[in-house]
Amino acid sequence: MSITLQDAVALIALEADLLDHGAFRDWLTLYTPDGRYVVPIDPDVEDFESVLNYAYDDAAMREKRVERLLGGRSISAAPPARTVRLLSRYRMLETTDATCTLRCAQHLMELRQGRQRDYAANVTYRLKNTDGGLKIDLKVIRLLTATEALTAVSYIL
Amino acid sequence: MQDLPDPRTLLAPDRADGSIYSDPDLYDMEMDRIFMHNWIWVAHRSEIPEPGDFITTFVGPHPVIVCRDRQGVVHVMLNRCRHRAATVCELRRGKTASFVCPYHGWAYGLDGTLRGVPHQEGYSGHLDKSSLPLVNLRVEEYNGLVFATFDETIPSLDSWLGRTKPWIDLFMKQGAGWPVKTMGEHKFTFPGNWKIQLENTTDAYHFPIVHKSFLDSVDQETQDTLNFVGGKGFVEDLGNGHSVMVMIPELVDLDENLDAPIPERFAELAAGLSKDYPPEKVRQIIRAVGGSGFNLNLFPNLACSMAFFRVLRPLSATSTEIRHIAIGMDGGPDVANQARLRLHEHFQGPMGFGTPDDAEAWDRVQRGSLAGKNIDILLNRGLGHEAQRPDGNLYSDVSAETGMRAAYRQWLVAMTDKAFPAEGEGA
Repeated sequence: MSITLQDAVALIALEADLLDHGAFRDWLTLYTPDGRYVVPIDPDVEDFESVLNYAYDDAAMREKRVERLLGGRSISAAPPARTVRLLSRYRMLETTDATCTLRCAQHLMELRQGRQRDYAANVTYRLKNTDGGLKIDLKVIRLLTATEALTAVSYIL
Repeated sequence: MQDLPDPRTLLAPDRADGSIYSDPDLYDMEMDRIFMHNWIWVAHRSEIPEPGDFITTFVGPHPVIVCRDRQGVVHVMLNRCRHRAATVCELRRGKTASFVCPYHGWAYGLDGTLRGVPHQEGYSGHLDKSSLPLVNLRVEEYNGLVFATFDETIPSLDSWLGRTKPWIDLFMKQGAGWPVKTMGEHKFTFPGNWKIQLENTTDAYHFPIVHKSFLDSVDQETQDTLNFVGGKGFVEDLGNGHSVMVMIPELVDLDENLDAPIPERFAELAAGLSKDYPPEKVRQIIRAVGGSGFNLNLFPNLACSMAFFRVLRPLSATSTEIRHIAIGMDGGPDVANQARLRLHEHFQGPMGFGTPDDAEAWDRVQRGSLAGKNIDILLNRGLGHEAQRPDGNLYSDVSAETGMRAAYRQWLVAMTDKAFPAEGEGA
């Protein structure tokens, strides 16, 4: 049976909840070992490896990113910004019993040192059925403002 | 007449008044006296390689088009139609045969010549097109770095760069024998004055403090390489506000020490390259991928910083845009350029492991500098043991504030005299 929209949304809602509540180590377990977390700059790029991105994280880089957020040794992340994100406008682009691709909208509000900022993004997930259940194999966050000047983002989008 | 601040009262050789980070009148003076009367970096040659290629950028607050014409000549032109002042181009980059104003259709050539005016008969013969080109700035180039200025009277770029030129040449060795090319950029703003950023690329002192979390994320060998405060490096005043900060002396000349062992973190890359290149070339590429061991600060807006270009643009007295432009080998192996991109992503940009912590520190400087009045910013680190090279350059240890003192000395010259002296024409 193909992966259902309901199962896919349950996983990415869990991811959003973990990230907004600082459960970063739990977040790591949602990804496949070869999974990627990508924040591109170029809105049209698909070959992320060949271009400069904001983030192009394999498992090792995701772990380092989490240690940075939890380690208390980064002045921009001690403590990390607080975030609240809303995901909606889900659309299953393709689905089989092994993998699916889901696209949705994300609106994230950030609060740090008295400044509230917001980021809108189109997010595309490729999810994969594994022995350990449904996992994230690829998450691509295409910020609406990716080609503009951003401010420091010391958390996980 | 407007009562302008007197910069001479705000700066001493070893300190500055905190108001230099926030006084809007001082900022307006800087935009005129510094950004309209000095050479301002606008582009790298590789961004506009072919005739018709252009980018849009800024000289201080002024929007400009940087464009290569049919003869291959680079023009830097104000992005302003001569009719009613609309910008004629809003694309970041592209290729074109002309620039056409969207308002009334005035069309300009790649060199700015006004070529076409719709319904010209409405001017009854009173429009001299030859007198209305896009306003061209003065443009000069050194080793791929393109600079522009509004000022027709200041000495040449060659004279302005002076003693920085050998360092620019060393920096470009990151091409590993190929030309250097740009490979995209991270762009971000921080709520603070541009000079806070100007200081930062000549500040080794902050590195082990601010970048603890970055250092935690790299291997021991890299940590040792970056443990340079208290080491054999130095900061040297190169004149005209420019300076170089050598953090890793072994990585000054990337074509030397080619028999040094390949760092463990590059072992896999080296193995891959060995299939296509002889051992000597592999070592040259690997050293280039790791980047230079120094930051070259070019007053006022460019730093050739270890492995990338840092470009600052003042937005207001209390807001600054920074670009970290990635560079690579034009024609070099893809895997090596990709390795450079991953290294750039690791440290730089709004989601890197280094930049957000820098930005936080600069943000704190700006906010803290508003506390109280008439309290100095200290610029005296390393002054006690500062010495002079035989060629006259002042230098001190790697964590000295010699580079900041150099930049502020030039800041004062620009803010009071409007021009820098040509090499050999006195102090």
